[in-house]
Amino acid sequence: MTEGRGAAIGVFLFFFLLVTVMGFVAAYWRRPKTLARLDEWGLGGRTFGGWITWFLVGGDFYTAYTIIAVPALVYSVGAYGFFALPYTIIVYPFVFLVMPLLWKRAASEGHVTAADVVMGQYGSRALELAVAITGVVATMPYIALQLTGMTAVFKVMGLNGEWPLAVAFLVLAVYTYSSGLRAPALIAFVKDAMIYIVVIAAIALIPSKLGGYAHVFAAADEAFKAKGSGGLLLAKDQYLAYASLALGSALAAFMYPHTLTGIFASNSANTIRKNAIFLPAYTLLLGLLALLGYMGHAAGLTLSSANDVVPVLFATLFSGWFAGFAFAAIAIGALVPAAVMSIGAANLFTRNFWKAYLNPAVTPEGEARVAKVTSLVVKIGALLVILFLPTQFALDLQLLGSIWILQTLPALVFGLFTNWFRAPGLLAGWAVGFFGGTWLVYVNGLKPLQAVSFGGQSFTVYIGLVALLANIAMAAAVTATRRR
Amino acid sequence: MKRTRLIVLLLIPYIGLLFVPFYNFRDPVLFGFPFFYWYQIAFVPVTAFLTWIVYRAGGGDD
Repeated sequence: MTEGRGAAIGVFLFFFLLVTVMGFVAAYWRRPKTLARLDEWGLGGRTFGGWITWFLVGGDFYTAYTIIAVPALVYSVGAYGFFALPYTIIVYPFVFLVMPLLWKRAASEGHVTAADVVMGQYGSRALELAVAITGVVATMPYIALQLTGMTAVFKVMGLNGEWPLAVAFLVLAVYTYSSGLRAPALIAFVKDAMIYIVVIAAIALIPSKLGGYAHVFAAADEAFKAKGSGGLLLAKDQYLAYASLALGSALAAFMYPHTLTGIFASNSANTIRKNAIFLPAYTLLLGLLALLGYMGHAAGLTLSSANDVVPVLFATLFSGWFAGFAFAAIAIGALVPAAVMSIGAANLFTRNFWKAYLNPAVTPEGEARVAKVTSLVVKIGALLVILFLPTQFALDLQLLGSIWILQTLPALVFGLFTNWFRAPGLLAGWAVGFFGGTWLVYVNGLKPLQAVSFGGQSFTVYIGLVALLANIAMAAAVTATRRR
Repeated sequence: MKRTRLIVLLLIPYIGLLFVPFYNFRDPVLFGFPFFYWYQIAFVPVTAFLTWIVYRAGGGDD
């Protein structure tokens, strides 16, 4: 790409400036009487219809980190890395059945966060706090990882040093401050359209340059055999790990503050149902994107890190300007989720810490002001984590974060279907799942899988799901004693 | 049929995708894709279609 590097950087800068302008203009888009209310700044006034919700949720669920990390995992280990595909399929029937009920509850009672909903249902400050803290600590490393997605792209473009990342993120922080959720919602249109174009181009063009899909799979198969690990199919002892990772991740996906923000911001329960039907279009994209990992083998790339597979593949096989377009798509792909995540975390802080403990009499304008400042602090915190701590730290925390956030499911979801559970039970269950899950990850050397054996066979299973089962059992047991 | 009855349709993707021995094969290959890959990708439109059937039966309750 060296000869096309100027063109690549030019195209990249053009799109980056475009979305920056859009980020600021978004404050005037579908303008309400005032942005100085939390559900205007932080939820876009709960007015987003089918299309906006589709772009927004698609834009913040399928993150830049996903675009970099899923092909990287497939490149390294093969079939096992594909669990992201069943995960992002089975998540939608769950969304279809649960999220419209959650939306109705939140909209009718004016809730902005998951912890608000839990407080409204159970009236327990302790349970509200557990859910809120879990949301914030699970989201922080996720924001930091969006930055590593951008770093991978900057590196391949030859923009070294930390300043490009710092500049990109500070710009994002400023327009999120002024426009709130409207900024990522508007930018998501551009981001998603660009990602679709890039992936369709990659799927259509790259295999012909590499000798077709049969050859792509064959090349990957050879690479795994030469390496002596990984493969195009799963080994028997990976079955349970694959399935439990897919199920656990699917149940956790819409417990995160950023995905829930997209749900709460929609204008009706029916908007969410329709989106559960049409959001899988992104999953199709993800499945094809994952195959880029195998194309990396077919192209014979030599990589310093598996995370470079997508940017290096684009730089090798696309001409200068289109490589720039593809890199812009990935970088902007980091901005949308990072913005929504920081808004989700800011909403939690404002509603469930500030209003709950520091200033219960806070006005709507006061709430919006606190949330805006918090979103700035959250993003700068994530930037500092990436600049000054090893990336592995964010990776380990994100892995733990997905196990933690799954433990809020009983408190948030069960109450939509039954009034049987009691707050002390759910709190005890959360504690068992949260701390037990953390301990299991720790004793397994910071890996998310625990070995189990039954019938003489030994398997590994996703710790998040084990922790959730313990969580539910504890919640039921304590509730049963309380109800007597 | 009512939405509550049809909801069992939504179990199909869970059964089809979480029981890995169903599809952990190389053959039959389709367009160069081993079965493992195209089977799972095929579940994307299948799941969307099943969800649409359940949605239609709901009759817009809100």
